[in-house]
Amino acid sequence: MEKGTLKLKTGLAEMLKGGVIMDVTTVEQAKIAEEAGAVSVMALERIPADIRAAGGVARMTDPEIILNIMDAVTIPVMAKCRIGHFAEAQILESLGVDYIDESEVLTPADEKYHVNKWNFKVPFVCGATNLGEALRRIGEGAAMIRTKGEPGTGNVVEAVRHMRTIRDEIKKVASLPKEELMAIAKEMGAPYELILNVHESGKLPVVNFSAGGISTPADASLIMQLGADGVFVGSGIFKSENPMKMAKAIVEATTHFKNPEILAKVSRGLGSAMYGMELSKIPKEDLLSVRGW
Amino acid sequence: MVVIIKNKELIRVGVLALQGAFREHINCIKKCGADAVEIKFPYQLKEIDGLIIPGGESTTINKLIKKYDFKPYLDEFYKSGKAIYGTCAGLILIAKKVANEDFGLGYIDVEVARNSYGRQIDSFEEYISLGFNGGEKFKAIFIRAPKILSAGPDVDILSEIKDNIILASQGNVLVSTFHPELQDDTRIHEYFLNMIEKS
Repeated sequence: MEKGTLKLKTGLAEMLKGGVIMDVTTVEQAKIAEEAGAVSVMALERIPADIRAAGGVARMTDPEIILNIMDAVTIPVMAKCRIGHFAEAQILESLGVDYIDESEVLTPADEKYHVNKWNFKVPFVCGATNLGEALRRIGEGAAMIRTKGEPGTGNVVEAVRHMRTIRDEIKKVASLPKEELMAIAKEMGAPYELILNVHESGKLPVVNFSAGGISTPADASLIMQLGADGVFVGSGIFKSENPMKMAKAIVEATTHFKNPEILAKVSRGLGSAMYGMELSKIPKEDLLSVRGW
Repeated sequence: MVVIIKNKELIRVGVLALQGAFREHINCIKKCGADAVEIKFPYQLKEIDGLIIPGGESTTINKLIKKYDFKPYLDEFYKSGKAIYGTCAGLILIAKKVANEDFGLGYIDVEVARNSYGRQIDSFEEYISLGFNGGEKFKAIFIRAPKILSAGPDVDILSEIKDNIILASQGNVLVSTFHPELQDDTRIHEYFLNMIEKS
């Protein structure tokens, strides 16, 4: 019997596909998410919009909150550690969380290195804004990728940019003659073996969800049509007027993302979505998607 | 030898595509040479010879089955004798009884419990024997897998590990607690295609 293999790590992400992973901060919110049909919840002390508003250093969530949420729901529970903070990751693994998100939403603990995820039995999901970054994370042992978007803004534009960038770069790598692959690996800063894998398969070697700014059923449909395997919704649910209704609608939209009639039906009468921020008005030093290297 | 023709037509398998690893099952069936399609709405069940309910989150898939009123159509499909295969979450959804939950469509006489081996760090791979195939062992992938707690007298046990039933059938229904769709080995999908041919 073998445990903690890459197949098992990537396998859980395969099971989450076509689903919605929701950020929650309390047991009540976790139950609402499960009831609405979330495939997993991300246990947090604060959702990204509140982290953004609060400023200061954002750290791993109190284990008490995570354990309470793990007790309250039967779906998988994820939790975030800071970039490079392998001690936080060790703590989260010992709690038995089902996935660790090494996340730019928290304040990075290391300005140069990410966690060596091969050292862990628990799988990791990591953010990426382009193919090179995604493949570096996979090279470090990430079993799932999420495009970063700009978390806590209610604005989907960065999520779209990152999804399109990765999609376009995959197409490019797949179409290049083999003798050019080493040069593109160098240019993207990606491991050659993984570039070769993308060249041969025409897709990322792991599941790719989209995150950061998705706040309506239409946003979920857009990003799924651009090729996401599923969506993370952070602030979009519990910053909306009617979280249960919004959560259910985004779940249905993610399943039927290609069906405008269903999308129109689930989008009706949801109340107001979360407040959306114009990204050009956010000071550069406050952008989260640029964290990670 | 895998059979992919029934009534002089290529067998078409539907894979319930509400959430989960449905694409992997479609790839496996196509690799065997048969046709496979996504099932998103109940009316599509009329167009297929057999149905796979894939792995995923059983609570999510269960809610979408209810929301889109699949139950009467699935019941009709089952009663018509057409073959159904449930993997992991799919097994949970078609079992007769699910511990601590109110779902279970009742197509196979087993009681199951969800996430029975623990959390994700307890997920495991194991080489298993296939009751219908004396050949090489099959590498089975168990992810937050359910356990079959008990099985009725009409259930055929096709594989077990440490007294846990992991692959079983009853009439036109096949279930596994693991994920053959994540492997290149298509022997279980071939077995299911043979069930469809006989159904």
